[in-house]
Amino acid sequence: MKLLEYKAKELMKKHGIPVPEGFVVSSADHIRAIPGPVMVKAQVLIGGRGKAGGIKPASTVEDARQVASKILGMNIRGFITREVLVEKRLDIAKEMYLGITIDRSRRCLLIMASPEGGVEIEAVPDKKILFVPVDPFIGYQPFMGRRIAAFMGLAKEQEAQVVGVCQKLMDLLVHNDAELAEINPLVVTRDGKVVAGDAKVTIDSDSLFRHKEFAGFPEDMTPLEEKAKRLDIAFVQLDGNIGVIANGAGLTMATLDSINMYGGKAGVFLDLGGTDDPKKVRDAVLLMEEAKPKVILLNIFGGITKCDTVAEGVLEAMRERSIKVPIVARIKGVNEEKGREMLADAGVIPASGLSEAAEKASKESLR
Amino acid sequence: MAVIVDNNTRLVITGITGYQGSYHSVAMRDFGTNVVAGVTPGKGGQVVNDIPVFDSVAEAVKRTSANTACIFVPAPYTRDSVLEAIEAGVKTIVAITEHVPLHDEIHMVAVARSRGVILVGPNCPGVASPGKAKVGIIPSKIFRKGNVGVVSRSGTLTYEIVNAMSEERIGQSTCVGIGGDRVPGTGFIDVLELFEKDKQTKQIVMVGEIGGTAEEEAAEYIEEHVSKPIVAYIAGQTAPPGKRMGHAGAIIARGKGTAESKIKALEGAGAKVARLPTDVPRLLLE
Repeated sequence: MKLLEYKAKELMKKHGIPVPEGFVVSSADHIRAIPGPVMVKAQVLIGGRGKAGGIKPASTVEDARQVASKILGMNIRGFITREVLVEKRLDIAKEMYLGITIDRSRRCLLIMASPEGGVEIEAVPDKKILFVPVDPFIGYQPFMGRRIAAFMGLAKEQEAQVVGVCQKLMDLLVHNDAELAEINPLVVTRDGKVVAGDAKVTIDSDSLFRHKEFAGFPEDMTPLEEKAKRLDIAFVQLDGNIGVIANGAGLTMATLDSINMYGGKAGVFLDLGGTDDPKKVRDAVLLMEEAKPKVILLNIFGGITKCDTVAEGVLEAMRERSIKVPIVARIKGVNEEKGREMLADAGVIPASGLSEAAEKASKESLR
Repeated sequence: MAVIVDNNTRLVITGITGYQGSYHSVAMRDFGTNVVAGVTPGKGGQVVNDIPVFDSVAEAVKRTSANTACIFVPAPYTRDSVLEAIEAGVKTIVAITEHVPLHDEIHMVAVARSRGVILVGPNCPGVASPGKAKVGIIPSKIFRKGNVGVVSRSGTLTYEIVNAMSEERIGQSTCVGIGGDRVPGTGFIDVLELFEKDKQTKQIVMVGEIGGTAEEEAAEYIEEHVSKPIVAYIAGQTAPPGKRMGHAGAIIARGKGTAESKIKALEGAGAKVARLPTDVPRLLLE
C-alpha cells in the first residue's frame, strides 16, 4: 500500500525526520496563509508529477491559490488530484538519495544511498550508489549510518544529521511494517540543515491486520481493482479484450501467455485463489463483466476444487445479469464431468486443456 | 532417494484443528505420509482423524519424534509457529500459509537458514515425493512415480505441468513448490543442489515467474554446478511492468524481473525453455 507524499511525510515527522513546514488542502480557498515562498504539490499515487505539471512554485497567498486551483482536479497519468500539499520552498544546496527496500536475493533489508538525488535512482549509475544490506542477525546499527554519511561527501555537521536520518528512517520502516521508505531528494539547505524534500513509503499490505491506522487510505487502483480487493480477488486491468479468470497466480499468468501465443490479448487478470465457493465465483464473473471484455476465459485447475460448484457460481452470475459475452471454460478437478455438462447446457464453450481454451478464446476475441 | 520428504518423514501438522489442517492431514496420510502429530495451542489431548493433538510443537516432538512440520496456522501467527518448530528441533518445515508479513518472513527465514533447517514457503503448496510422502496441499492424483525433479514458484501452474507430465507417463522423483513470496525460505538454488545430488532424479523441471532475479541466479548456479538436463517455463511473459500479478513476488519493478531476462539467462545456461506450460512434457522426451 503506497502512501501519499504528505502521509509519508507525517510518518517521517513522527519519527523525527525533518520535513518542510506545510499543510494539505482539497480546495484552493482553504489556503489562508503561507510560510513564505512555497511549492504546491499534487498528492497522487504515481511518479512523474513534476513533469506532468503537478508541482509548481508560488510566492504569495493569491499566487498559491491560483496554482492550487489549477493542480486540483488535474489528471496525472490516470490519477485525479484531490489534494495538494502546500509546503515551504527549500533553499537547496545539495540533493542526495536515501532509501530502504528489500533485497530479495540476500533475503534481508537493503539501504541504498547516493550523493546524487532528485532524479530517479534507476538513472544513477551503480558506482554512485552505496548498497548496505542489513544482516537480520546484526540489525541496523549506527556504523551503517556513518558509512552512508561518509559516502555522501558532506561536512561533519551534516554527516551527523544524515546518521540520524538513517536511524530514524529504519525505525519508521520497521515500526510501520513498510517494504519501502525513500527520501528523494534528501536535501541539504543553504543554512546547513538536512531535510526530506520528498517522501515515499509503501506499507506491506500483508501487515495491515496489525496496522489499523492505515485503514481506509486511498490506494493506486482502478475502481474495479478496488472492488476486487474488497472481495479478496487479485484483479489487474490490462489493455487487451479477453477477461481471464483462473485460480492461482502462476496459472493465471500462464493462461495470459497462452492466449498471446494464439494471437489474443488479455484485458483482465483475475486470480480467484484456491476456492470453489460459488459465491466468490459468481462475484468474479460479475466483476469481470463490468470490465467489459469481448470474451471471458475461465481456467480452473483444481485439486480439491469441485467443478460443479464452480459451474454453479458461473451459472448464477449468468442468470443474474443475463451475460451476453461468450464464455470459454476449462475446468479440471473433482466432479469435472458434471461441471462441464452444467456449463455446456448454459451455452458456455467447453475446452479440455489450457492450449485449447486459449485458442478458442483468442479466436472468439478476434471475431 | 527423493529429496526433502520421504519414507523417513515423521510429520507434525500445526493448525491441525482448522479446516485446511484437518482436511489435508487425511490427504497426506492417504498419500503415504507418516503423520504422527498435530498441534493447536489449548487443544492438546484432542484427536483429529486419529492423530493425537498436542499444545506445543516441543511436546509433539518429545512424544512422537516428529522431524518435519507442516504449518497451516493463519498469517499473523505463522512466524511464531515456524520459530516454535525450529526451537523444538524440527529440521524440515513446510509453511503453506499465505500473506505472511514481509518483516516476519525475513526474520523466520534468517533463523531457519542459519540453523540449517529446510524451510519451504511460506505461501507454497508444499513438497511431494510420489510413492513416499507428501507434505502440503498438492493434489495427490496428479503424481506418478519417476525420475524428474520439479521445482516451482507456483501452485496450480505446477499442478497443470505435473499433470501434463504424468499423462505422458513421465513420473516425478520429488516436486517442490517453493512459493510465490519475495523472501522464500528455500530458493531454486537450494533445490537444484538437492536434485543434483539425488540419485533418483535424472532430469529437472524448473517453473519460474516474473519478479526478482532468482531465476537469473539459478541460471548462474546451473552453469557451474548442475549436470542434469533442465526444462524450464517462465510464467508472465506477457505481464506488464509495475503490476503485481497475484503473487507478492510477481512484479516487474524498476526494469528488473522480466520473463525475457530469465529465459535468456536459463537458455544461456543450457536449459530448454518451454514457451507454453503444455510444452514441458515434449521437451522432457526430446
